[in-house]
Amino acid sequence: MINKRWVEIAVGGFVVISLAAMVMLAMKVSNLSAFSAEGAYEVEAHFQNVGGLKVRAPVTMAGVHIGRVAAIELDSQRFDAVVKLAIDEKFNRIPLDTSAAVFTAGLLGEQYVALEPGGEEKTLKNGDRIRIAQSAMVMEQILGQFIFNAAAGDKDKKN
Amino acid sequence: MIWLDSLQEFGQITLKAIARMGRGNLFFLSVLRALPSLRGGTDLLAQQIYSVGVLSLQIIMVSGLSVGMVLGLQGYNMLVDFGAEQSLGQATALSLVRELGPVLTALLFAGRAGSALTAEIGLMKVTEQLSAMEMMAVDPIKRVIVPRFVAALISLPMLAAIFSAIGVLGGFFVGAGLLGVDSGAFWSQMQSKVSFGEDVLNGFIKSVVFGVVAAWIAVFEGYDAVPTTEGVSRATTRTVVETAFAVLGLDFILTAVMF
Repeated sequence: MINKRWVEIAVGGFVVISLAAMVMLAMKVSNLSAFSAEGAYEVEAHFQNVGGLKVRAPVTMAGVHIGRVAAIELDSQRFDAVVKLAIDEKFNRIPLDTSAAVFTAGLLGEQYVALEPGGEEKTLKNGDRIRIAQSAMVMEQILGQFIFNAAAGDKDKKN
Repeated sequence: MIWLDSLQEFGQITLKAIARMGRGNLFFLSVLRALPSLRGGTDLLAQQIYSVGVLSLQIIMVSGLSVGMVLGLQGYNMLVDFGAEQSLGQATALSLVRELGPVLTALLFAGRAGSALTAEIGLMKVTEQLSAMEMMAVDPIKRVIVPRFVAALISLPMLAAIFSAIGVLGGFFVGAGLLGVDSGAFWSQMQSKVSFGEDVLNGFIKSVVFGVVAAWIAVFEGYDAVPTTEGVSRATTRTVVETAFAVLGLDFILTAVMF
């Protein structure tokens, strides 16, 4: 039988290693450390169409990550999408007339919300609404438009 | 009537299986009832965590590292075709945390620790140590089974966490070290796509469920073994096979419910 002291030391070491592994999974592998709910303020934007935007997608300004999409809901009065954006409190001087747009990162990448700053002196506060919001590009609509235009072009040529 | 005989045999097998399931469930209940006896002292538990958990560290760490490295290699070869090798971190971490970590740990655990538990308890039964304890008014469930059950139950989730963490590091070494994926992109893509609440926590819940099942099967098979040399060897084999089946089946159900 192994010395009791060594058994207890080994068990203690085992627990420490596994706790370190869990902390690593929480902090380094998953996003527990970044953008927690506290330290962020929420603004909302109404989009005609959010395309494939997902909750927790990034919110960027000038390409810099400043927050996350907190919720996406349907406005049952106006039938458009209400997107709640949680923005890190560090960035609390965003002008009130900032505009939002849903973009796609790369050809197959994820969709994200890009903010384009305006020029007003007043700044966005918790619960404010972003007035100018540009919808996501939906591939079918673009293709549909393209085919329609091409067909119209053909007709013009024949006449 | 030959077909009546075979029908009777079939009936016997079914009844035996049902009786075994019943014994297993009753055994589980009596282990649960005996759980408060652990408050008496942690010496037995520490000894068992040492032999079940600490001694399994080696195989878990080596397997985790090699699985992570292979995931890094294979994932890179696939992703580089789409120019998406930046998401290697995400692919490695998600597959490890959600599936491979809990499942492979449970399978390795059944082979390394579950079989040892069954053989130990089975041999105690063969050499009539369990009956001797009962003669001395020591409850073998409290003295022998509960510390082993709890030790296995605690160790498996911890080992699964270690497996996943080391696997991610292995993927990082291969991806960023050998194949030249940008190390910043590796971690940031991983962090932006792996969610703590959805992925890491659900993986942890999976490993806890597997821990209960693996511990239960290991101690029950030992306790229920036919007290002969052959009986113990059969029980040990059954532990490994049954744990593998149970873990794989439960994994499918849990994945369907969770993700």
